[in-house]
Parts: sequence; structure tokens; C-alpha cells
Amino acid sequence: MSFSVETQCVRFPSLELDCGVTLVNVDCAYETYGSLNGDRSNAILVTHAFSGDAHAAGISADGQPGWWSNMIGPGLGFDTDRYFVICANVLGGCRGTTGPACLDPTTGQPYGMHFPVITIGDIVRLQKRLTGHLGIEKLLAVVGGSMGGMQVLEWAVAYPECVAAAIPIATTARHSAQQIAFNEVGRQAIMADPDWNQGDYYSSKPPARGLAVARMVGHITYMSDASMRQKFGRRLRDKDAFGFDFSVDFEVESYLRYRGSQFVNRFDANSYLYITKAMDYFDLSNGKPSLSAAFDRTKARFLVLSFSSDWLYPTYQSLEIVSALRGRNVDVAFCELPSHYGHDAFLLEVKEQTAMVKGFLASVFEDLSR
Amino acid sequence: MTAQTAAEVNRNVLARRDYAMIAELVRPASRVLDLGCGEGELLAWLREYKNVDARGVEIEGAKVQRAIARGVSVYQGDLESGLRDYPDRSFDFIILSQTLQEMRHPLGVLQEMLRVGEHVIVSFPNFGHWTVRVAHLFSGRAPKTELFPYDWYDSPNLHFLTVDDFVLLCRRQGWTIEHRVCLNGDREVTMMPNLLSEMAVFSIRR
Repeated sequence: MSFSVETQCVRFPSLELDCGVTLVNVDCAYETYGSLNGDRSNAILVTHAFSGDAHAAGISADGQPGWWSNMIGPGLGFDTDRYFVICANVLGGCRGTTGPACLDPTTGQPYGMHFPVITIGDIVRLQKRLTGHLGIEKLLAVVGGSMGGMQVLEWAVAYPECVAAAIPIATTARHSAQQIAFNEVGRQAIMADPDWNQGDYYSSKPPARGLAVARMVGHITYMSDASMRQKFGRRLRDKDAFGFDFSVDFEVESYLRYRGSQFVNRFDANSYLYITKAMDYFDLSNGKPSLSAAFDRTKARFLVLSFSSDWLYPTYQSLEIVSALRGRNVDVAFCELPSHYGHDAFLLEVKEQTAMVKGFLASVFEDLSR
Repeated sequence: MTAQTAAEVNRNVLARRDYAMIAELVRPASRVLDLGCGEGELLAWLREYKNVDARGVEIEGAKVQRAIARGVSVYQGDLESGLRDYPDRSFDFIILSQTLQEMRHPLGVLQEMLRVGEHVIVSFPNFGHWTVRVAHLFSGRAPKTELFPYDWYDSPNLHFLTVDDFVLLCRRQGWTIEHRVCLNGDREVTMMPNLLSEMAVFSIRR
């Protein structure tokens, strides 16, 4: 859908963090689509995945479509003719919201490693400030995939009165050892790059090689064996025979190198460290006797979705969420969608998600106005 | 005919005549869980006309997708595990329509339903119907009738219970039968239901 959008920004004087530090002058970059209705009951917050940003839909000034523009827009799954959709860049990010690349007002220098370690809870706390700033007391829905799904769960637990519906997609209530392990490989790749320089690289060269390797690992985890076989197979890149050297032989090598190098242009290596750490710390059951107990005060209706070939956030993790919700008799719909795209499926399997999201939202909206 | 299409036929042949009876038994504005809810037709109706909190469980993904698309909260999973998570008395009514005879452990499912729900509404085809008895008596083979149109090897039905069997089970378990409607076609059968009815709808509680 080709409507043009502009990223906006709001500054909050301070934000208390879970680690005990209070950040000052916190910027939050966001976009909105559609319009808020009279009783402010049609607002949907879309939370982005690890490397996403506030530009979720429409066309930006520099001609870029949003990362979920096939789901958000007039007549689409998140129908902007009916709903007011908000998306904000996460705290710790590098796309307009305050993060380690921003200037620390107390020193006048970029935060770098002086940026406090943040949590998914902190990310959501800033989003709550934003919805307050926009005059929205209760969200019709919070929706997001992957790390976005963690924010959805956090919203439902931290602000139970403020969420009518929650749609966590391809996500988990807590990172597993395997998920932490992949993140740690990414972090180590960055920190092993001499250009990283303890996070102090903003006046020199960024750790591009480390960040690119981290992204390459990430991309492998987003695909599936089947989707990689289909997309690349063992095809060679621009050659008919092996080169017998260590330049690019295979298509898949070329693809990963390309994605890695592209990523360096739009992402900050320190943000990578901080945001992956926030994901690894995430455990909804932390300090609670059980995962079910985390949902004690939750009133939202849930739609939980997973994808059959997603091995990064496998279906069993969605089922864990569903099971915990049923343990508190929370209204939850769940479906595992068949897909061979792996974790990427949540961005690609649009048709099925559209039908379900539309019906679910309409039903929640109807419940609210009853 | 594969087992799956057989199950479909089962649903179509019986044409869900029991839905009307079930809909009558469900109290308005109550909490309802429909086990094996298919595409959520009954739940959508109950939500619309009886303002119930409608939820369902269904194993087939495509049906779950369509149910959710029509705004019904449906969980993809098998019925047995579907009940386990719920606290006691989570629902006012739990419905099991035309599926009891397909369950591997019907007693366990009924017990779980009675734990999670206050009222349990069960409908099932009556294997005691005279046509079934006659078919069995004269053919000497697994009965094949309009009501049970399958060969023994492709039938979704694992158990062949009758109205009397169900009443006996309730008595043994100490369950109270609140309502019982036996149907032959669209007609209610009051005399000799075990012999004359094709289908029964029971509402029971602990």
C-alpha cells in the first residue's frame, strides 16, 4: 500500500530502568497509520522484532516500504481504515529511539558501553509512555513477532488493564539455552572485532566485520533447512566450477555475505549487544512461582501463532504460553501455521495471518463495544 | 474411503441435528467450551445469539484457521490434552458433539470434562437403534447402516455405545443426568429410545 509516512519523535525527560539506572532525555521514534477514533478505542501497537524499526508500514520519505507493509494498511490484516496503528523503535535501538549510539547528556559523548543494560520490561515501559503521550489509555491490541512477541507478552503482564487483546507471534515467554547461545555467538563476533574497541568506535571505524558475521549467523537461524535448500541448494555463484580458494563459491555464501554487509549500514553494533541481552534476560516467569502465575492479572484475549518450520522459536514455546494462559482460564486462540520458511514465516505467510488477525480483531472490537 | 473423509461424512450424515438441542441447553451469557468444534459454527452461533464466552478445541489446522477468522477463540490441539491445563470449573458448559465414540479413552475424557465444566453436554449416535441390530443380526457382519455407513476398517468410530450404555455409565459414576433428548430424524423419541432413536443428547453433571 503506497501511502507516505514520516517517522516522528517524542522526548521524555526520564525513564527508570529495571537495572536501577534512570535515563534522562529519552527519545522515542514512532510512526502511526490510520486515525484514532472518538473514544480512543481502536489503537493497535505493533512491536518490532530484533532488527526492525518504527517504519512498519507505508512508504518512507526515501522510498522504503515498511517492514510489515503487507500486513498494515487500508484493507489489510491490520486495517488502517478501521484501526489506528502505532509502531515505535525499541529502547536501545539505533533508528531514532535512544540507544548506545546516542549522546549521553551527562558527558556529551556517545553512550557506548556506558549505556545501561536494558530489558524487555524497559522497552515496554517506554512504549507505555508513548501511548500515554498519544492520549491512549487502553490499546485494542498489541501485536508482534519474535522479539516483538516478547514485548506483547510483557505488555499483557505489566499493564493488564491497558491491553484488550494480545497477538504474540513466533515467540517465547523465555529465551532457551539455544536462543541465548546464538545471541552469544553474535555478541562474541562483534566483541572479537578489534574495531569494536570496547564499544568506543563512534569517532572511528565501526566493527563492521564482527557485526556482519553476527548477522550472518542470525540469518541462518531465521531460515529453515528446507527454505535454504529451495532458495540456494548447492548452486554456485557466477561460476561453473569450484574456485579452489576462499572467495565466494556457493550462492548461500554470497547471500549471507550480502545480508551481513547490508546490515552494517543500518544497524549499530552496540545496539546489537544491548538488544540481544534484553532478549536473553527475558523470562516472563521471573520471580513468579510459575509461568501461569505471571498471567494472574491478565484480562486480554490472546491469539498465539507459531510456524511449523520455525526452529528458532519452535511451536513448543508457543504452546508453553498457551498452556500457561489456560491455567488461568485466559481466553486464548492458538494455531500452528504450516510453512517451510522457518522463523521468517511470520513476515512472509501473509494470507493466513491476515484472515485470522482480521476476524480476531473484529471480534475483540465487538466485545469492547458490547 | 479414508478415515478422515469418513469422519467428515459422519458429521454431514448426522447433519448436526444435535446442534439445535445443544443450543437450547446452553444458558445465555455463560462460559462454553466446545471440544472438536470444527470451524466453530456452533460457537459462532452461541456467541451471536446467546452472548456466551465461546471457546473451542480442534485438531485440524485448516479448521482452526477458519474458526479464528470468524472470530471464535479456538485452540489447535487434541481434546484430551486440551482439557488438562484448565483449572476446575473453568466453564459452565462443555460440549462434545458426535465425538465421544471416536475417543480412545471416553471415560477419561468425560471425567476431565466434568472436572473443568459444571455441565457436560454430550451427543452421540445410538448403536442400539433397531436398524443397527437388524443389520448385525441378519448380515452377521459389522453393521453398516445409514447411521453407521462405514466398513469396520475405515470407521472413525472406536466405540459402539447405546443410550442404555450411557445411562448405565452415569449411574455407575454417580453422575446426574440433567437432560436427555433422543432423536430419530428430527423427531424426539420418548418411548423405547434405546431401540428407536438414532442419536442422543445428554446433559450431565457431577
